[in-house]
Amino acid sequence: MSQFELQHVTKRFPTVTALDDVSFSFRHGEFFVLLGPTGAGKTTTLRVIAGLEHQDSGTVILDGQRVETHTPAERDVAFVFQQYSLYPTMTVYDNLAFPLRSPLRKTPEPEIKVKVEEAAEKLRITQLLKRKTAQLSGGEMQRVAIGRAIVRNPRLFLMDEPLSNLDAKLREALRVELKHLQKTQGSTTLFVTHDQVEALTMADRIAVLNEGKIVQQGTPDEIYDLPATTFVAQLVGSPKINLLPAARTDGAVHVKDSKITVPAPRLALPDSFLLGIRPEDIRPSPQGSFRAQVKLIEPLGVETILHLQDGELTMLCLVPGMAPQKVGDTVTFDIVKEKLHFFGQDRARIAAERR
Amino acid sequence: MATIELKGVEKKFGDMFAVKPLDLTIKDGEFVVLLGPSGCGKTTTLRMISGLETVTAGKILLNGKEVTWRHPSERDMAFVFQFYALYTHLSVRQNIAFPLQAQGVKKEEIDRRVKEVVDILRIPHLLRARPGKLAGGDQQRVALARALVRKPAAFLMDEPLGALDAELRESMRAEIKNLHVAQHATTVYVTHDQVEAMAMGDRIVVMSRAEVQQVGTPIDVYYNPANIFVARFIGSPGMNLVKGQLAGGSVSLHGGNRYTVPPAWTDRLGAALGGTTEVILGFRPEAAQVSAQGALAGEVYATDMYGGHTVLHVNLNEDEIVHVRSDRQSSYPMGTKVRFDIDPAMVRFFDPRTEHAVSSEAT
Repeated sequence: MSQFELQHVTKRFPTVTALDDVSFSFRHGEFFVLLGPTGAGKTTTLRVIAGLEHQDSGTVILDGQRVETHTPAERDVAFVFQQYSLYPTMTVYDNLAFPLRSPLRKTPEPEIKVKVEEAAEKLRITQLLKRKTAQLSGGEMQRVAIGRAIVRNPRLFLMDEPLSNLDAKLREALRVELKHLQKTQGSTTLFVTHDQVEALTMADRIAVLNEGKIVQQGTPDEIYDLPATTFVAQLVGSPKINLLPAARTDGAVHVKDSKITVPAPRLALPDSFLLGIRPEDIRPSPQGSFRAQVKLIEPLGVETILHLQDGELTMLCLVPGMAPQKVGDTVTFDIVKEKLHFFGQDRARIAAERR
Repeated sequence: MATIELKGVEKKFGDMFAVKPLDLTIKDGEFVVLLGPSGCGKTTTLRMISGLETVTAGKILLNGKEVTWRHPSERDMAFVFQFYALYTHLSVRQNIAFPLQAQGVKKEEIDRRVKEVVDILRIPHLLRARPGKLAGGDQQRVALARALVRKPAAFLMDEPLGALDAELRESMRAEIKNLHVAQHATTVYVTHDQVEAMAMGDRIVVMSRAEVQQVGTPIDVYYNPANIFVARFIGSPGMNLVKGQLAGGSVSLHGGNRYTVPPAWTDRLGAALGGTTEVILGFRPEAAQVSAQGALAGEVYATDMYGGHTVLHVNLNEDEIVHVRSDRQSSYPMGTKVRFDIDPAMVRFFDPRTEHAVSSEAT
């Protein structure tokens, strides 16, 4: 079972350390997402793997082999970028055929035809094969760009925010197709994005990168349910998690400047810390134990965001469908006690109990 | 205080309509969002309201008085853009004070009003900073403060959050709405982002191809979209729309599924379609519930985990994939056969010839 792996990779540029002792690994057939804000080092990671940049220290392993001495071509990875980088005067067919016709591969034309048609069918662009790429819409162009990567059947796909130039509807549709395709092909994919929705919805596993360091690795469930730091907790989930200053007294957790109290968990809590509550874990109910005032309502259709105010404290609460409340109403609510998060002053999760 | 009326307002470039004749009344204190994809005419409409763009035909009234041909400066409306358009060589304070100085307001009055708006927007600590040194969200707060300080009759905002990242957009969205709740100034807000429109608007004007598709509250456009465009555009994912044939009280879909028309619709549907049998069945992802006895069957094409919930993409036949919202408790690997039901209260029908919704109101 061969692996893809980065071991202690560090990459420095004159003014900045882009990657600081980065290690992660993924398996054949896995959809692995590198998630992080702009400037986190995501693109540098891809470039190091592809051999377009050379690391200052550390090891890159592709298919179980160290690749330090391998040229980008020998590494056999395919890049899909945010910009489509197609040849505008060529037809879609010729764009797809291009990598196969390269002097390195010199694939016979009948074989090219089979591969191009196969890829076109998978991406639902068969009807576009004769068109010039300049005449295509953004979504169609990105399909062609993905198709061009697929025909080569590389050992690894490196995708650098391939959906971020598309409008919301198209992004949604292509996201689903890309994931379906990856699963049916069993292709190994390293996908880079700053968009937490893309990461949660597409990934088998996620590595969260911030300021050149890996902050957490795990399945989407683990990242969402057991965020390792407040950074991760705030990065995933929309609306954002509530982080409330809290203290422990008499076996209970008290939220500062508020009447909100929850039973203390079996964790070694310091005197003061941050209590994290996801908006969907605040549940309005007529018999609820706590009360707050509705300050703002954002109806999104499928769900509604309530901004609740309790003194100086503001909390976001997410309820399904339409909310019956009005601005200024007092609501009573409960908090799902099994889903609370505790973070220390160092912003790290406190002694997470594994489920 | 402002009521804005558009009467038959249109904009043509040569033979091309940028905005087809449009009637709209924006009530005093209302927050109206012009929503649509790029090129739909929303920004042109906003620019005609402001006077930055002339109308080809029609009238614009402000508080009952015609302003169609008035200069922008005589309309007393403040414009906030996506790009902050701040003076980089001036301090934040000077930027905010600028419109008042231009009006010749006295110094004490300027100081008082600047203090008032920076307090509202929580940026008093930034007064001495240069805008170029500020983060995107703070720059946009300064731009808002500069608009607010004038106490204009109305605010016109053109994608003011478009340049911000997702996280900041979410919090600024709430700030602008809070501001509106506190001040109740008439606001016309342009965006291509349906989430923003839903979250912020008292009413939404959905536009596409130079034409108004629907005007309604967020609840109206979400639950009772006027046509297929609105049904798809609003919601993430949008409404599921599946083609079928109406016969004997049920709709048969490609691939063998048969959906029984709820009793509330049986009389109306056939009559509304006027003899044809082609119909489009519409339902929101959360209107579908996976259940072993469900009337509709398909195969899981992909599953999306969103944190609080999952969305199943279910393949009904070769070409039609519907989205079904589900909780995170159960897992549905690709290829799993699933059955689901649709909440009869949330079913909608559309006429494929006109793409219009069949009215859900009994006539």
